[in-house]
Formats: sequence, structure tokens, C-alpha cells
Amino acid sequence: MNLTLRIWRQPGAEAPGKMVTYKVEDISPDMSFLEMLDTLNETLTERGEEPVAFDHDCREGICGACGMVIDGRAHGPERTTTCQLHMRHFADGDTVDIEPWRAAAFPVVRDLVVDRSAFDRVVGAGGYITAPTGSAPEAHATAVPKPAADAAFAHAECIGCGACVAACPNGSAMLFTSAKVNHLNVLPQGAPERESRVLDMVEQMDVEGFGGCTLAGECATACPKGIPMPSIAAMNREYLRAAAKR
Amino acid sequence: MSTPYTRYATGAPVADTKAPDGPVEQRWTRRRFEAKLVNPANRRRHTVIVVGTGLAGGSAGATLAEAGYHVVQFCYQDSPRRAHSVAAQGGINAAKNYRNDGDSVYRLFYDTVKGGDFRSRESNVHRLAEISTAIIDQCVAQGVPFAREYGGLLDTRSFGGVQVSRTFYARGQTGQQLLLGAYQALSRQIAAGTVEMHPRTEMLDLLVVDGRARGIVARDLLTGRIDTYVADAVVLATGGYGNVFHLSTNAKNSNATAIWRAHRRGAYFANPCFTQIHPTCIPRSGDHQSKLTLMSESLRNDGRIWVPKVPGDARAPQDIPEDERDYYLERLYPSFGNLVPRDIASRAAKNVCDEGRGVGPGGQGVYLDFADALARLGRAAVEEKYGNLFEMYARITAEDPWSRPMRIYPAIHYTMGGLWVDYDLMTTVPGLFAVGEANFSDHGANRLGASALMQGLADGYFVLPATLGDYLARHPHDDREDIGEHHPAVHEATRAVTDRLDALLSANGDRTPESFHRELGALLWDHCGMSRTEEGLRKALERIPELRAEFWQRVRVPGSGQALNQSLEKANRIADHLELAELMCLDALHRTESCGGHFREESRTPDGEAARKDEEFGYVAAWEFTGAGRSPVLHPEPLHFAYVHPTQRSYT
Amino acid sequence: MPGAFPTFVAMATATRTPPSPGGQTTPRTSPRATPPPRPRRGGLLRTLWGSTLGKKAVMAVSGLVMLAYLVAHMLGNLKVFFGPADMNGYAHWLRTIGEPVLHHEWFLWGVRVVLLAAVVLHGVCAWQLSRRDLAARPVAYRHRRHRASYATRTMRWGGIILALFLVWHLLDLTTGTVNPRGQAEHPYENIVTGFGTWYTNVIYCVAMLAVGLHVQHGFWSAAQTLGVTRPGLARLCKGGATVLAVVLTAGFLSVPLGVMTGLVE
Repeated sequence: MNLTLRIWRQPGAEAPGKMVTYKVEDISPDMSFLEMLDTLNETLTERGEEPVAFDHDCREGICGACGMVIDGRAHGPERTTTCQLHMRHFADGDTVDIEPWRAAAFPVVRDLVVDRSAFDRVVGAGGYITAPTGSAPEAHATAVPKPAADAAFAHAECIGCGACVAACPNGSAMLFTSAKVNHLNVLPQGAPERESRVLDMVEQMDVEGFGGCTLAGECATACPKGIPMPSIAAMNREYLRAAAKR
Repeated sequence: MSTPYTRYATGAPVADTKAPDGPVEQRWTRRRFEAKLVNPANRRRHTVIVVGTGLAGGSAGATLAEAGYHVVQFCYQDSPRRAHSVAAQGGINAAKNYRNDGDSVYRLFYDTVKGGDFRSRESNVHRLAEISTAIIDQCVAQGVPFAREYGGLLDTRSFGGVQVSRTFYARGQTGQQLLLGAYQALSRQIAAGTVEMHPRTEMLDLLVVDGRARGIVARDLLTGRIDTYVADAVVLATGGYGNVFHLSTNAKNSNATAIWRAHRRGAYFANPCFTQIHPTCIPRSGDHQSKLTLMSESLRNDGRIWVPKVPGDARAPQDIPEDERDYYLERLYPSFGNLVPRDIASRAAKNVCDEGRGVGPGGQGVYLDFADALARLGRAAVEEKYGNLFEMYARITAEDPWSRPMRIYPAIHYTMGGLWVDYDLMTTVPGLFAVGEANFSDHGANRLGASALMQGLADGYFVLPATLGDYLARHPHDDREDIGEHHPAVHEATRAVTDRLDALLSANGDRTPESFHRELGALLWDHCGMSRTEEGLRKALERIPELRAEFWQRVRVPGSGQALNQSLEKANRIADHLELAELMCLDALHRTESCGGHFREESRTPDGEAARKDEEFGYVAAWEFTGAGRSPVLHPEPLHFAYVHPTQRSYT
Repeated sequence: MPGAFPTFVAMATATRTPPSPGGQTTPRTSPRATPPPRPRRGGLLRTLWGSTLGKKAVMAVSGLVMLAYLVAHMLGNLKVFFGPADMNGYAHWLRTIGEPVLHHEWFLWGVRVVLLAAVVLHGVCAWQLSRRDLAARPVAYRHRRHRASYATRTMRWGGIILALFLVWHLLDLTTGTVNPRGQAEHPYENIVTGFGTWYTNVIYCVAMLAVGLHVQHGFWSAAQTLGVTRPGLARLCKGGATVLAVVLTAGFLSVPLGVMTGLVE
């Protein structure tokens, strides 16, 4: 099939950008969206033009590197990562708009590549359990009730792709932050740092310039791993509890 | 640079001088006792560079920083959390014996040596098995959400054909969860200022001063800036080199540049031909394919593998009657059937496809049929066990695995070979360490399922932090300032890097880097893939230097070196693949036995199975670099087996 | 192009000696400098006021206070259907609550002070959070697409409409400034006269629809902000938000409709 792509091109962080139109031909419906962009980049390279820069790595939906806003939706029309989106979800002759994640906390680096290091700093502020290597007790010393273990896993599935921020009308990182807070706070191992964790991570989230939550629900709709909305309410509860305790 | 080499010189054997002797179960304790310690107050004054942030690098960086060292860490990804360890599905082995099913450290040690087809060191493997239990403790304390039973205790499953249930798992995302544990520990150190993290920065060369590894040359991928980082020791945790094959289950940007540059600077490269092929991947759908996706091999527990009996049978699978199907694994290996080890299942699939009986596009696939399992267990039970895999298959192929058999095909998955290291994980360049998949590892010629995660974390959390101190304690650490900008070694290394990037940018040819990668990958897959012949390897050894010469003349890399330029990154990595591929083929050519992942058609038992030649090849092949395009020198490290005595594997 | 790469010996970073050759240092665009160690926070109020989550909680609580008042207000309004005596008597009673312990109108003034505080806190937080939210998405997507529900998207404009209406409403029926009749002791007559003008009806009806939308998203949002996580309770809150919104809007609108249809005269 043949498609018209309108892609955000921006040569550098400080340079102005614009939407540029490209035609791609003979696209197989079995291609992933990134493989479709690969073919465009091959053509551009052969012509001596600079290929479209985009982040990608594992291409199996788990590393969280890829991500672009396709026709106004983070990761496109299917609930999955961009690398696992296939061209069979588009029709011959379609025009597809491709833009980078947009948020003050995710400045564009080049084309579709953005800087998501703010997420790393949010995790660094408290998204861990302090357990220096070698200090761990025997793994069976503390039993973890299965529901708590399952809840922790459900939140730990977050891949840090940033689709939640990209989809949120306020560029908010609440879903990302709440996923990590809830993962660690429901586990007995995470209990000693339960209060400082949520207070510090929320504070860092604010420092990074993410917006606040207005319960629009766009984040949970866009999340390729299905982190649910109630995750945010659970973090709010943790936060108020922690604030009250200090 | 372009004369093919098929001959090599044999040098002095390489000796592992750090390996302690005595009873195998006391060696690690002894080594730790004999290792010199660095006074905790002095650790801050030692700078250690760690390249890579996967399971091995992430855990090493966090642990070294906790111990008090000043760590400077690098990854090419935008965040340390994205290293490809994240994609490991199955699980992690540990000899906890929680099931009371007869498991022990010794059994894990035994299984790993045997599974590796007797091409690994007993000392190392025993240490790995000993440490395995502490890894689980550590990860649980970090909050890794392993699967649990209703009583709240950890669940395990059996994996990879072993008879005990020792694999801990977090649904199909064990690698992700373990990596996030290490990443979070690392993030804590970054926030505390003890780890200086450089994301989007790629190591392009190793700095060797007075025979010791003293730093790296790295490129900031956003600005193109080339920096030299000086340190007291360098740790490479940069993963394997499976992407030499172009199509593999590795991440697209996984590459061999760090280990290959280190090899060129004097680190021996061990067993490069030991590559592992995973039998249950989703077949390629066309020439546009950019990478392959693995499905957990647990599918083989209930699925039956077959192809049509007649070559070229184009009927839909449901139209092929039962007596016209060939369940070839069940036929050839009646006692193990569909559960034969990875290498055997993979080769059998290749053989039937070579006979023209493959299915799907290009005839590169075999059926994995769940019809019997569905009839026997019911859809609900199958969904419970394999639902997410079925969903993944359906998403990628747009075929319904519930109504028609899945198609699978083998793919490159892991590389057992890597930089040669001694018992302390130090390479032949003093001060340069290699951990995780980057070293030639504890897996011998074949890795067992759920052992890669175990090895990466054992190296990073427990082995390296203990052995690195010994090296640092024995060397001065106050001369870093002497290695300045005008030091000849710094000058030479940065010059080499910039010249090379300049050459890539100015070649201005007519072929894309990707096209060379595809061609190289196809060549290796054909001649140095699942089965290898002398003829094929010689052909590849002839073609690779030609391809390399063509690459430097005809490659086209648009853009500049002073900004984010993904074409330049890729071309630079492919240039190294083009050199490493040659060494892989030479190693495969020289090892005329079949063992583990390395199958030489010429070396088979009368019934067609892999035949090892222990007398001739019971060694690790460590290769020394002697110059671009020049034959390397082989330094064998003989292997001794005092506990697990070599036997021929048999699965019939 | 030889020499295309600026090269540096960055012992600076690895070994902490001063940076290499002057003049050539290209500033790194990313990662940004690590923020300094966080200062330890003060008490509960400073923590709350200093964070987005805290301000949301302030909005939630002040919103619930106003909502409780609105429910009482709406129920009181229904007195109008029982005639002038009932209505005016009720209005008079409001001023006498708490007597003789409290002085005349003290209770009413207490309520007014609490409400004023709620309005101010709600408004200030909304203003500050909105500015922050808008700044967090400085560049809009080219491909426009409606996001979120109508009620969610109209929270900000709805809030502004309600604030303006509040001013009008106080001038109309509390101070009587813009009321054609405006006699403090005769609220029933003021109401009937006021809703006799078309513009009062339009303003009032628009505002009441805005109240409904605002309450529907606001109540649910407040429940989330205050950490309602139990699935049953969360469903109850979501349903409750819609019921509250419909009941409030209908209750408030019944008065002008009553006047317009002649049911109240």
C-alpha cells in the first residue's frame, strides 16, 4: 500500500521544526510501523537526505524506547507500543501525521526523539527500595500475600515509554509516578520508605515541570501496558497519608 | 585489509592465574579471602568506568558505588532502564531447592557444565551456582515482584529440560523486573552522586596506557562530542554480539563495538563461534523484517511441531490429513520428542526446511500445533498458560493461533563467546573487566534456559565487586591527572576514533549501512548459523573481506558528526561487525568438532548427532588480535574436568 | 572532512579535574544538571501547598465544602414553591440560627466566611494549577483530536463562568444591587421579580448547566484526589457525581422554570 506521511522534522533541540510530507510506497501490511519508517529512511539515505531520527531498540514492546504520536494518539490507534503497531491497521492512501511526544518536561532533541531523562530523576528521587547488595535476608523470610504480589507486578509492568505524558492534556507524569509508587508501596519490603518515597517522587515530578492531573483519563487509555487509572488515586491516597504523618 | 585469512598461528596457552585450586566448593571462598581489599576510606579515590547498564552493568555500577567507589557509567540508550536484558522472558535459575525436589548447588553446577557441552570452567560454574541463591534474596529485597503461591512464598517452574523446578519468574517479564531492580538501585546511586551517569553516550575505543586499561573514548550521541574518560579500571557490560547476524532477537542497537574495540586493544576474544539459536521465534514475514521476536520455549511443553511429509505442499495446515504430516521431532527423538534441547530442535527445523518442507512465506517455518493440547486441556487451560504468547503471535502475524497452528523458526538469540576473562573476570588487558554476556562466560558451548539472567547478576552483584578490589588494591590510583589531553595514548585513541568517523561520513557512496548489514547477516546465517561446513565457512571467509572493502568505499552516511546521527552510529557498528564476523568464521572453521551451539556437518555420530572431540578441542579458544585483516593468534586454554566427566549427549 | 569532531579529554567528568580547553566546550543539551538535594519539607500545610497533589487536595476539600453548601442551598430554594410566607420565613430563620447563644446573623456570617475561604482557595489553586498545566504542554499537537469528556474539558471555563455568575448572583439576590426589586426582607418577591427579566433567566440557566457539568467531573475528581481506591466506593462516587449533578441542576432550574410557567408568582 501507499501512504502519505507528515512527519515533524526538527534538526536540533534549539532549531525550529516543521511538518514535512513524504510519500512511501509498497508498504506491506505485515510491517511494523517502525519498519515502515525504516523503508522511508533507506530511501532518504539513498537520496543523500538525512533520515528521520526516532528512538527505538528492542522492537518487541518492552524496552520503552520507541514512541511517537500518530494521528494525535500516543503510539497510534492500537493499544500497544509503536514498534508493535502493524501497518495492517492503516489503509492504502491514508495520510498519517507523526509527531514527537510533546511536553515541557520532554524537550525535543531531534525529529521524533525527545529527552525523557526527567523520568530517571523521578525514579532516582525515591523509586527504589534501599537494599545494598549483600544485605538481603533470605528470600522466604517475608511472605508476600499473593494479592499484594500481583498488584505490585501489575504496576511494575510500566516500561517508562512516556506515552502517558504525551497523551495527557496537561503533560502530567502522574500515571508513571503512581505506577512506581504503588509497585513498591504495596510490598512489605517497600514499607520502611513508604512515606518518603511518595513525597520525594511527587516533589521531583513537580520540579521537572510535569503538569497536574485533571482526571482526563487519556494516560490510561494510551498506556501500552494497561496501567489503570485507579493507580493515580492510590498514589494520591499514599501521598495524603504520608503528608499527614510527617 | 582485504586478504582472506583461513590460517592462524597458535601461540602460548592462556592461563587463568587467578583460579584457586582445592575442592571446587571452597574455591570462591578462598579467592575472596586471598583477594586484597581496598580500605573503605580509600575507595572514593578510585574511579571505575562501567560501560552498559543491563543486568550485569546495572548491578555492578550500583554495587560498586554502594561499596564506595566513584563510578562513571555509560549507556547508548536514553535511559539505563532500556538495556536489552529487559526483554528476557523466561526466568532465572537458583539452587534454592524450595520445592524439596532434590536440587542443590551441586546439581545446578552439574547441569550447567553438562548443558554447556563441557566447554566451560568448573570453578566458574560452581561459583555461579553458589551465588545463584543470594541473587534471589537480593532481588526480593529490592522489590522484584516474582510470581508467588497463595501462601505468599515464591513460585518456581521447571525450564529448559531440567528435572528440578528451580526457575523463578515474574510472568513472561522476568528480565524486565530484574533489570528494573538493578536500575532502581543504580538510580539511587546516581541521585546520591556516587554514580556519574552518561546516557546516550557510546564507547568507541579503549584507552590503554602502559599496558593497563585506563579509560575509554566515548561519543555523546546528541552533540557528537568525543570525550576521553580516564579511570583506574574499566568494566565492559555491553552484552553479546548476536546482531552481527542482522536478524536476531537482540535489540536493534545492541552491538559489538565496545568488546571489539577492546579486542583490538589487546583483549583476547574467546569462542566467538559459540552462538545460540532459539527454536521458537516468529518467522520473518518479508525482506522488510528488522528483527525477530522470540516466544517462550515453554510453548514446546504442549505444542507439537510438524511439517508436511511432501515438499512443496501448499495446502492450508487444517487441510493436511494426519497421515501426511511429519512430527519430525517425535519421530527422530522418541524419548524427548518436542522437548529436545534448543540446538537440536533448531537444527531439525532447518533440515526439514532445507528439504523444501518448510511452511509460510519463503518456506522458512514449521508448524507448532496446539490442536491436541486444546482437545486435551480445553481452551481455558491453554489460555491460562500461554494466553499472552498467543496474543503476541496474533498481533505480529495477524493469524489466529487458536484456529490454525502457529509458525515458528529458529533465530539467533545469545552468544556464549565473548571477551576472554580469568576467574576474576579480568580480560588479558590488566584493568579491563568484562561481565555478563560480554565475557565468554560460564555457559560453555551452549547456555541453558534461565541462566543468562543468573550469570549477569552474579557477575555484577557479587563476583566483580569482590575481585575488582583486588586489582585496584594492587595498582596506584593517584596518577589519573598524568593522563591528560596531550598524552600520546589519549591523542592516538581520539585520533583513531575521529578518523574512522570522518571516513564513514566522507565515503559518500551509494549504499546504505543497512544494506551491508543485511548482506553480512545473510552470509553469516547461511555459513556460520545453525550448521557449519568447511566449504561454507571458507566461502564466508572469502566474501567478508570483500564486503568490508566495499563497505568503506560505497557506504553512504548522510548528515554530520556533530549532532544526533543514527546513520553514523549504525555504520560505525556495522564496520565492527564486518571485522568480528571474520573471526567468528575462522573460529568455526578451526573447531572441526561439533559441540553445543556449534555444529559442524563433518563431525557427527553415526546417527547424525553432534560429535564432540574432547581430546582435540577440550579447550577455550582465545584469539589475539594482530592487526586489521591479519590472521589472529590462537591461545588455547585447556579445560580440566575433575567433577563432571564429559559424556556424549544423547536425546534419542 | 577532517577535524569535523570536537574532541575533549573529559577527565573533568571522570576524575574531577578542571575542564579541558577553554572556548570549545559545547554545552550539553541533555541530561540537565542534577537538581540539588531536596530540602526537607515543613509541616503538613507547607507540604500540601507546595505540591501539585497537595493543591489538588485543597481544591477537592474546598470544592466539597461548596458542594455541601449548594445542596443545602438548592433544598432551601424549593421553599419558593410553598409560597412567600414559607420562603421568607425560612430566610428569616437562617439569620436566627444559634440564637440566643450566637448573636443575630452570626451563624450566617460564619457560613459566609467559610464559603469565601473555600471560593478563594479553590480559585487560587485552580489558577495556579491551570497555569502549570498549560506550561507543561507548551507546543500543541498539529493533529488535533478531542481528548477527554466534555465535562472534563470544560472545567476551567466552567469555573470561570461560575465565578462570574457568583458575583452577579450576590449582587442580584444578596445585596439586591442589580435586582429590579431588591428588598432585603422579601427574598420571595425578589426572586419572582428577578426571574421576570429574560437576561436573569438566561444568566441563571447557563450558570446552572455549568454547575452540573462542573459538579459531575469535580465530585468524581475530588474522590480520586482524596484517594478513593476501593472499586465499589469508586463506582459509587462516579455514579454519585452524575446523580448530584442532575439533582442540583434540576433543583436550581426548577425555580426560574416555576416563575416562567407561572407556578410561582
